[in-house]
Amino acid sequence: MIVEAGHFLLILAFALSLYQAVVPLAGVFYHDQRLAAMARPVAALIFILVALSFLTLVYAYIISDFSVLNVVQNSHSEKPLLFKITGVWGNHEGSMMLWVLILTFFSALVAVFSRNLPANFTTLVLVCQSFIASAFLGFILFTSNPFQRLDPPALQGNDLNPVLQDIGLALHPPVLYLGYVGFSVCFSFAIAALLSGRIDAVFGRWVRLWALISWIFLTGGIITGSYWAYYELGWGGYWFWDPVENASLMPWLAGTALLHSALVLEKRAALKIWTVLLAIITFSLSLLGTFLVRSGILTSVHSFAVDSRRGIAILFILVFFIGSALLLFAFRAPSIRNSGLFRPVSREGALVFNNLFLTTAAATVLVGTLYPLVLETLTGVKISVGAPFFNLTFGPLVVPLLVAVPFGPLLAWKRGDIAAAAERLWLSFALALTVLAFVLYLTEGKMIPAVAGLGLSFWVIAGALTDIFVKAGVARTSFSVCWRRLRQLPGVFWGTAFAHMGLGITLFGILAVALFGEERIANLRPGEAVAIAGRQIYLEGYEFYNGPNYRENRLHFTVADHERRIGHVMAAKRVFPSQAMQTTEAGLLWHGLSQYYIAPGDYTDKNGVVVHVWWKPWVLCIWLGGFFMMAGGIVSLGSQHLRVCGPNVRRRVLKQEMQGKAG
Amino acid sequence: MRVLFHFIITMGVYFGYLAPAVAVLPDEVLPDQRLEARARAISSQLRCLVCRNETIDDSNAALARDLRLLVRNRLLAGDSDGEVVDFIVARYGEYVLLKPRFRGATLVLWFFPLFILIAGVVYLVFIAGHKKTDAPLPLSCEEEKRVRHLLYDETGW
Repeated sequence: MIVEAGHFLLILAFALSLYQAVVPLAGVFYHDQRLAAMARPVAALIFILVALSFLTLVYAYIISDFSVLNVVQNSHSEKPLLFKITGVWGNHEGSMMLWVLILTFFSALVAVFSRNLPANFTTLVLVCQSFIASAFLGFILFTSNPFQRLDPPALQGNDLNPVLQDIGLALHPPVLYLGYVGFSVCFSFAIAALLSGRIDAVFGRWVRLWALISWIFLTGGIITGSYWAYYELGWGGYWFWDPVENASLMPWLAGTALLHSALVLEKRAALKIWTVLLAIITFSLSLLGTFLVRSGILTSVHSFAVDSRRGIAILFILVFFIGSALLLFAFRAPSIRNSGLFRPVSREGALVFNNLFLTTAAATVLVGTLYPLVLETLTGVKISVGAPFFNLTFGPLVVPLLVAVPFGPLLAWKRGDIAAAAERLWLSFALALTVLAFVLYLTEGKMIPAVAGLGLSFWVIAGALTDIFVKAGVARTSFSVCWRRLRQLPGVFWGTAFAHMGLGITLFGILAVALFGEERIANLRPGEAVAIAGRQIYLEGYEFYNGPNYRENRLHFTVADHERRIGHVMAAKRVFPSQAMQTTEAGLLWHGLSQYYIAPGDYTDKNGVVVHVWWKPWVLCIWLGGFFMMAGGIVSLGSQHLRVCGPNVRRRVLKQEMQGKAG
Repeated sequence: MRVLFHFIITMGVYFGYLAPAVAVLPDEVLPDQRLEARARAISSQLRCLVCRNETIDDSNAALARDLRLLVRNRLLAGDSDGEVVDFIVARYGEYVLLKPRFRGATLVLWFFPLFILIAGVVYLVFIAGHKKTDAPLPLSCEEEKRVRHLLYDETGW
């Protein structure tokens, strides 16, 4: 009964979304304020309906209702409660439900927090959101209904893929989707702006706010996913250039570009056309990502549930939204007048440079991901495009960008002085060169590109610090003046500094592992050791353990530095009887920001086991840098929020403008 | 149904989706460290044909192991890196290469990033050229006066 109620609520949400897509729009065009004003409460209502519907699905999973097909296929009565709940979105139907839940959540947020926007503009945004919601709600109801009953009910479920039975599933998909779907708001703002012809600094501010929120989540989603893959898959890798990873990287690159271009639009009312296009592109890439993952059109380690019929439906949705948005853009863009002139060497110029390279990088990832597919469809030739291709193309593209990163914040708006900026950065440059020379000495002149990259990471980090020092006037004024200046600097400034520093930290982690990482493969028997990075890893022994829905054979290791015990690590091989599947739980020993990574393999004769051991120096920097970027986003959001919602003056001015327009 | 289920599981185990194991096994490792390093470098560029986007270096599928051994055998036989790759491609097709060949249809792929970058730069230069004609209008007399007032009178110059 409750399941039927959930299904009914979802149908109701679908009907209401269709209503929302048509009626308020008619209200805007026929100047009926009552109809247009409906958009806000209805947006909130749709969210409530979808949320309740989602909760009934969660309930069905919690009580293990095996009369529901989706629960039977993806759950098991012995699964721990957390994984029963996270299992809801560990499959196709449930993850689409999560997608729509987040979409309607953002619509509701727009409805609640957009009071200081012109009413018609908000309505247009919400109408556009409803178009997307209708498409995906229709998709769920007609092709992937999670509330499908099973008659007769099953006695037991098929259980969730063991790889997904991890805390990672609780974090990674929701956070990633918050990012993916958040860009829908930027998209809707762009569409509303094109329809209403209102593209000004206010538009830039709102797009930047939403882009920032989505970007923070998307960054979080990518780093949690990457760390999850790192410890769960047992290959010791954190990024595989897998199509599904690329699907999240593309919107991230485009979204990062959008953040920067919206900044120019907000501060200087320039790059209007480009920002609108970029907002459309970013969400299009999010949709593309959804399509790639959900259709299973690309073979990848991620797509667990695939179905071609659904693929075609999502492809249709994709083509409809991207196509009509670009068509609208083509019609309206010529009427947008760009203002805000600037010299090539200026803050704006630097941000254009950033956009140029980020978009090219996104395009490269896009082509690399789709090219095999297109080539096979057109000519029947099967090729693969993998990590080596991306390292060779994406790598060189980000290098100029990273070289330029420290310059950007030091250039003035409108007309900057690159010589002055370079003068301020000489210390960073010297530091980077010193590091480069030192590391080159350590590697005996080998692996020059990676060594240069390591120098570059120091350049980026030191550059971000330089910006802080320069703004505070360190070494020019007294300490108390510096402190006062630092405290008065706006959040946007701190956000920039943090995010850029994070970029350098991530780069440092990646290259430190590539340069100084070590790897051993050994056949160990209890009491034997393998030497790595100047230390010994002893296999102490085995232990059997019964988990809630699995049995595992634990392997205990001791890490020692010449007889001195440093730490204890446990790795395990898990068997899930419900699916006759085995997973490896890699053993990780943290050593500052470095890690020992131990992956157990097959058993050999005489009680031995094959182990794969890695020494990953500074590996945690990879994700730490991501946290810095997120922190930067959050700090920047703080000040942004104050300015958007703070003063009432703007609301009054906007009201006057609106009345002026209406009159 | 049951048969199908078992079939999937067995296939899964065979292809290495389900059986977690260490990819490169100790008995595969070549005694000559330089040769082994070359083998690792080559195998990290070759796709495991039965896996989902894994290299033969990462994969624990039986086929991946066969390929790894094949790579090492060719290296021991004195082949150069290029010859080893050619040998494998001749047997398994270009699909096995994670780094597509630099010729024919893949040239589009390789040159695409450069093309986008150049197109972007050309577009920017074009826009910048156009902007010059769109320079701000000269100030009117009133504005000139006001600017002078703001700049000099207020600061007491």
